[in-house]
Amino acid sequence: MADDIPNIEELSTIVHSPPKTPWMDTPTVIRKGMFCHPANPKSLDYLSMPYGRKWAPMEEDWKLPENWVEIISDGLRDRLTRFRSLRIFMDCCVRCGACADKCHFFIGTGDPKNMPVLRAELLRSVYRKDYTLAGKLLGRMVGARPLTYDVLKEWWYYFFQCSECRRCSVYCPYGIDTAEITIIGRELLNLIGLNIDWIATPAANCFRTGNHLGIQPHAFKDMIDFFCDEIEDVTGVRVNPSFNRKGAEILFVTPSGDVFADPGTYTAMGYLILFHYLESQGLDITWSTYASEGGNFGLFTSHEMMKRLNAKMYAESKRLGTKWILGGECGHMWRVIHQYMDTMNGPADHLELPKSPITGTVFQNAASTKMVHITEFTADLLRHNKLKIDKSRNDHQILSFHDSCNPSRGMGLLEEPREVIKGVCNHFFEMPEKTIREHTFCCGSGSGLNAGENMELRLRGGLPRANAFKHVHETHGVNTLATVCAIDRAALPTALDYWVPGMRVTGVHELVANALILDGENERTTDLRGEPLAGMEEEE
Amino acid sequence: MNVKDSITISAVAVLAIIALGALGAIVPVLRPVFGIAIPYAAVAVFLLGVVAKVLGWGKTPVPFAIPTTCGQQKSLPWIKASYLESPWTKKGVIARMALEILCFRSLFRNTNMSMKQGPKIFYGPTLWLWIAALAFHYTFLTVFIRHFRFFLEPVPFPIKMLETLDGFLQIGLPTVMVSGFILAGAATYLLLRRLMIPTVRYISLPNDFFPLFLILSIAVTGILMRYVTKTDVVGIKELTMGLVTFRPTVPDTVGMIFFVHLFLVSTLLAYFPFSKLMHMGGVFMSPTRNLTCNTREVRHVNPWNYPVKTHDYHEYEDEFRAHMVEAGLPVEKPLED
Ligand code: SF4
Ligand code: SF4
Repeated sequence: MADDIPNIEELSTIVHSPPKTPWMDTPTVIRKGMFCHPANPKSLDYLSMPYGRKWAPMEEDWKLPENWVEIISDGLRDRLTRFRSLRIFMDCCVRCGACADKCHFFIGTGDPKNMPVLRAELLRSVYRKDYTLAGKLLGRMVGARPLTYDVLKEWWYYFFQCSECRRCSVYCPYGIDTAEITIIGRELLNLIGLNIDWIATPAANCFRTGNHLGIQPHAFKDMIDFFCDEIEDVTGVRVNPSFNRKGAEILFVTPSGDVFADPGTYTAMGYLILFHYLESQGLDITWSTYASEGGNFGLFTSHEMMKRLNAKMYAESKRLGTKWILGGECGHMWRVIHQYMDTMNGPADHLELPKSPITGTVFQNAASTKMVHITEFTADLLRHNKLKIDKSRNDHQILSFHDSCNPSRGMGLLEEPREVIKGVCNHFFEMPEKTIREHTFCCGSGSGLNAGENMELRLRGGLPRANAFKHVHETHGVNTLATVCAIDRAALPTALDYWVPGMRVTGVHELVANALILDGENERTTDLRGEPLAGMEEEE
Repeated sequence: MNVKDSITISAVAVLAIIALGALGAIVPVLRPVFGIAIPYAAVAVFLLGVVAKVLGWGKTPVPFAIPTTCGQQKSLPWIKASYLESPWTKKGVIARMALEILCFRSLFRNTNMSMKQGPKIFYGPTLWLWIAALAFHYTFLTVFIRHFRFFLEPVPFPIKMLETLDGFLQIGLPTVMVSGFILAGAATYLLLRRLMIPTVRYISLPNDFFPLFLILSIAVTGILMRYVTKTDVVGIKELTMGLVTFRPTVPDTVGMIFFVHLFLVSTLLAYFPFSKLMHMGGVFMSPTRNLTCNTREVRHVNPWNYPVKTHDYHEYEDEFRAHMVEAGLPVEKPLED
């Protein structure tokens, strides 16, 4: 880890009592380690987004377009007429504070502007000034303030310190969703080119190559071929995935993070092994290099960009003539699929009601979107005893499950991954009740905040999750955290390593593949990572 | 704005309202203004303001179905789905909303975070806000309904029933109505909470204190009228009945404290539509709570959905065709040499 990361003692002294000065009078100090690099102008240009330019957050002058106030004001007015959520959330907060201590960024930083209510007030104060009678007449007395350069900077700083995890919304008596507010807040900032590069460049890559890493089609295939070799090394079985194959029954789309970065790659191998296993039972599935990303960095940019990036899934399924779509383990990809895709790019009339070719189960809950989550699919297989499993091959891992924010609070996917884990592992322990399921804590790096330069923010934001994990680590010896999100797989190893060193993070289908008994396989002595299975250590 | 200023401003405002109300009682020419004109105006502002606000919300579209799921989705038949926390039917949504509106479900879920050195973080349950909020709103409702006796002749049976229930604490005469005291107590708790909890104090504004002071003053003047001063109930009823039948009069016997009470209530009514008190209407319309959680099963329609520029497959293939062919990936158009 980089040298300028504060040590544990420094990071652990968190003061949760706010400063003496009222928040409007407490200037925002933009601090290194807490923000991401500004968007690369090239990426913005590629996406035809306005005002791509070089600028630096720590500098006084952000090189804003001259009429920026007007642009933002018009943008806000426009969105107030298009989103009821925004209007209700601007009008209804009673500042009860129930959400205040629910945000992992507040818990980890103690910065009061990271309390969801105050984060929202940053926008609300400007709304009040321009759109409410009281605000116009009484100004600061009713929490209204004009949109100034400093206010704008504060927006940028704190809207990109929200991972849009929705935890606060669970506790709010009116369901006020600060994520919705920062989504729209970021949309406004994008109007004047204020994005961060960890979002803008992946978005541009997704647009061009189909995936956020910019992997071109041949390289994408190469990577998967490489996994096939690895799989053969571990299992002795050769798997043969297909790409861009017309007439396949099912299109498979997964976050490209799984194809690129450890430990997500093992999850990708997990999919490959499962699909190979099911081939003889009638699974007819193809990968696509064009729709090679489920993750949608548009969600963190604007509703329009989300739609532009999401369009590929339906377009590709139509071109290939598949019947339905299976989706891999990803967080915000699923929020978009579940809550936006059908609205934006549907109706998916070219597809059919998803039906498992193995068990015959009809996924009625995906009747319109025609897209099934892989843990729904696999849980159904296990339930119908369609998989030969040797659970003991996961015995070297004692597991806990991290509910990712988006699947849990955006779609209610809570039991399916647990069913799968329990179906393929012997040792599973839940983290404390108030930190899982709908109460779950963000990894601290979601919504495009998974960069390197904002490491302090990520570690602080990851503290609540790590803390709950540490609890089961100490009480039950848990050493592995399973999750169904590619960002989690990328982000949690860092956060856990900092707070609870030496732990593993795994995808659920990596566990499935470890346990799955393939026809003609060798006796396995290691898991997919090449680590010895329980009882095999001596033979090393 | 710091807390001291916020409180001072709110307190001064409420004291001024009280003084004005008193003035309205003392100065003979003002009596019809404060007894008749202002109450009418306040009710009008209230009704128009609330309707305008709700219509404004109502005509703003809900482009996307974004319910927060607080429980298991309906998926595979053998997985028990949470009917109330992730409802997939209209009925389920109504039940979810009823739980929210009648029982303050989300506040019941509240937790309290505490941190020890280490760092170690704990999340304990905390029900005080939930209890106080429930007590506050329900007693407010009771008191509100009880007041209908002043506007209805004869007094309908249900209101009499409610009074009997409310007044089960019969300590001498007149009957003690518990609701008023609980209301004052709950409002006091909410006020103290605002002052004692550092984070809540930090987010508090004059428009958080002002309504609390206003409601507390209303409760206190009500209690005073009922138990301390000798208030001319017959005169008050004459005035209120006059108001509802549009034959307004202000009997000479109606005293100062009533005028203060009435002016406070008028202020509250007129203030309502312009303040956070509108949460009363907003709670019904929150898109994270009042939509069905079956967004993959049933298509939600966005009224302003519009076409966007995408990067279609052919543009993609055109750019990468050579690589694709070389890698053995199928292409739509062969490579030209
Ligand atoms: S819980 Fe809701 S109403 Fe209460 S302060 Fe937070 S956003 Fe406002
Ligand atoms: S959505 Fe998550 S990160 Fe954003 S304010 Fe709420 S709890 Fe914090």
